[in-house]
Amino acid sequence: MDKNISHHKKVLLHFKDVWKTYLMGEQPLHVLKNINVEIYQGDFTAILGPSGSGKSTLMNLVGILDVPSKGSIYLDGHDISKLSETELAKIRGKKLGFIFQQFNLIPTLTALENVILPTIFQNMSEPSRLEKSQKMLAKVGLADRMHHKPTELSGGQQQRVAIARALMNNPEIILADEPTGNLDSHSGRQIMEMLLNLHSQEHKTIILVTHDTHLVQHVERTISLKDGEIVDIKTKQITHK
Amino acid sequence: MIKDYFLLPLKEIKHRKLRSFLTLFGIIIGITAVISLITLGQGLQNAIAKQFTTLGTDKLIISAKGNVLNVGLSIDAVKITTDDIKVIQKTPGVKNTAAMIYSSPRVEFNDNPRYFYVMGISTKDEERTLIEEAHSYKLLKGRSLQPTDNSKAVLGYEFLQKELFNKEIELSDTILLADTEFKVVGFYDRTGNPVHDKSLVIPLKRYQELFNKSDEVGMIIAQTQAGENPSLIADKITKELRKSRYLKEGKEDFSIETPEQLASTFSTILDIMQIVLIGIACISLLVGGIGIMNTMYTAVLQRTKEIGVMKALGAQNYQIMSLFLIESGFYGLGGGIIGVILGIFIAKFAEYSLTLYLGPSFLSVEINIFLIIGTLLFSFIIGCISGLAPAIRASKLNPVQSLRYE
Ligand SMILES: Nc1ncnc2c1ncn2[C@@H]1O[C@H](COP(=O)(O)OP(=O)(O)OP(=O)(O)O)[C@@H](O)[C@H]1O
Ligand SMILES: [Mg+2]
Repeated sequence: MDKNISHHKKVLLHFKDVWKTYLMGEQPLHVLKNINVEIYQGDFTAILGPSGSGKSTLMNLVGILDVPSKGSIYLDGHDISKLSETELAKIRGKKLGFIFQQFNLIPTLTALENVILPTIFQNMSEPSRLEKSQKMLAKVGLADRMHHKPTELSGGQQQRVAIARALMNNPEIILADEPTGNLDSHSGRQIMEMLLNLHSQEHKTIILVTHDTHLVQHVERTISLKDGEIVDIKTKQITHK
Repeated sequence: MIKDYFLLPLKEIKHRKLRSFLTLFGIIIGITAVISLITLGQGLQNAIAKQFTTLGTDKLIISAKGNVLNVGLSIDAVKITTDDIKVIQKTPGVKNTAAMIYSSPRVEFNDNPRYFYVMGISTKDEERTLIEEAHSYKLLKGRSLQPTDNSKAVLGYEFLQKELFNKEIELSDTILLADTEFKVVGFYDRTGNPVHDKSLVIPLKRYQELFNKSDEVGMIIAQTQAGENPSLIADKITKELRKSRYLKEGKEDFSIETPEQLASTFSTILDIMQIVLIGIACISLLVGGIGIMNTMYTAVLQRTKEIGVMKALGAQNYQIMSLFLIESGFYGLGGGIIGVILGIFIAKFAEYSLTLYLGPSFLSVEINIFLIIGTLLFSFIIGCISGLAPAIRASKLNPVQSLRYE
């Protein structure tokens, strides 16, 4: 598979015999079955698969929002099941940036305040976070929408706010679960463009969940899921512009 | 930044103004009650204390048992008479005594019949002075009663107002008191005590004749000699009176009160009143707290997804908990602020009405800044306590389940 091509890269995440099982009444439902995969630093990885195949479940494990029912996940070589809730929260805050299909902005806060929110949990100082949040919003092209509430923004704009928010704590890894799923094709392309730029220019590790194979033409590595199992991993050599 | 944990919840509350206001209802009522009751109670206590200090601490009041508060109205067989005065006057340590008696008969002027307190007092100079002192009566116009006076009256300050009889009473006017003509010879200045300011003062002798009281008096004021302990003198008088009235110890049919005793009786009554009312206030605060708790549970449910998002953004459990705790604290504080304002308003309104009705300087309500600060802190804490369980629930939510919540 991809071993020869990526062997020189640093392993960020390592899934070892990972299972995720939900109990539906008496019946165990195996949502993820024996997942063995590595995610490399600096890669743009796409997780593909039909609806219900377990993509989001896998993403939640990657985002250490959840723990496996069986098996281990190593983040930077540390077994995440050995970490406390507080330590997991700290890692999420420092290392990970989430982008969701439903944007998930806080409705009572303005764009600017939404972008500032993650830094509050990190106790970033007030002047620096203000400066940074304005910079981030400018970067996603929303300098003129800072004081708008989410309801006063289009879907594409909301998702751009979410990207700015995800970048605030300088995360190493960006996790995007169907970020274009609720957007028209134009806004979707814009978002995809931004993610690709983050990867190529800022060397962020990006993990993207999608079922749109069209979107992933420019993606280095794709992991395909079906019924909770990895059915295919493809790696392409992409030359950056 | 601590500040953020206050600003974020404020935005939430602002966003849901109506619900926020409804939530505050119980707390508002409770705090309003606490503030107005404590403030008014304090004012009443001060007013009573003031009345008693004007009486002076060297004076004892001797009256038939159980009649302290309605002297002269008594239908009781027990009587205090001029004989008792002699006994008291002879008791060592007593400097001076004066007798008086009250009732509220018909008083007519300008063809207007009304009812007022009429006070029969000893007219001998030093006795009259003693009684005037005890009531803080100071002459404003005319003259005081003299031993030679018969159908003469000195009137309280309020009788100078036109409103009482639709006509001002002037010196030398004649008023009808229990259908007997009395000539007005003087007016007392305002004392601040609404009862005293609406009383008529006539000679004791004339009173006794008029109301067929022969030698009965309503109460005796005894002034102790300087340097004597009024309580000890009270004990001595008790002993003497027991002897002269042929009574066994413990079977006294008269009572002797020092002003301090009277004052403390009143404040005990006030204290009990306040405890009961504050109990009621506590119940409404409890109800208010439950209201806040309910609101916060709803808020946690409604914002489940946001909690999931915040956890994904790196919020630690204690941080989520702080946000919700402070939000519920703000509900308490908001109710507290409105309650304090309403409470002060009510207390001031009560002061104003009592002033209209009873004259100024009877009840003066003081705004106690420490009471206000304490109450606001207390209401914030009530809010926090009420929100504790919901906040803990919020902080313990599973991030994945929360993010899936619709
Ligand atoms: N908490 C849960 N309890 C029970 N079953 C669950 C739970 N979470 C997910 N599942 C099930 O796991 C399966 C995979 O869900 P998941 O959300 O990972 O799919 P997905 O690949 O992201 O699908 P989609 O493309 O529609 O988002 C589904 O069948 C879902 O019903
Ligand atoms: Mg999904």
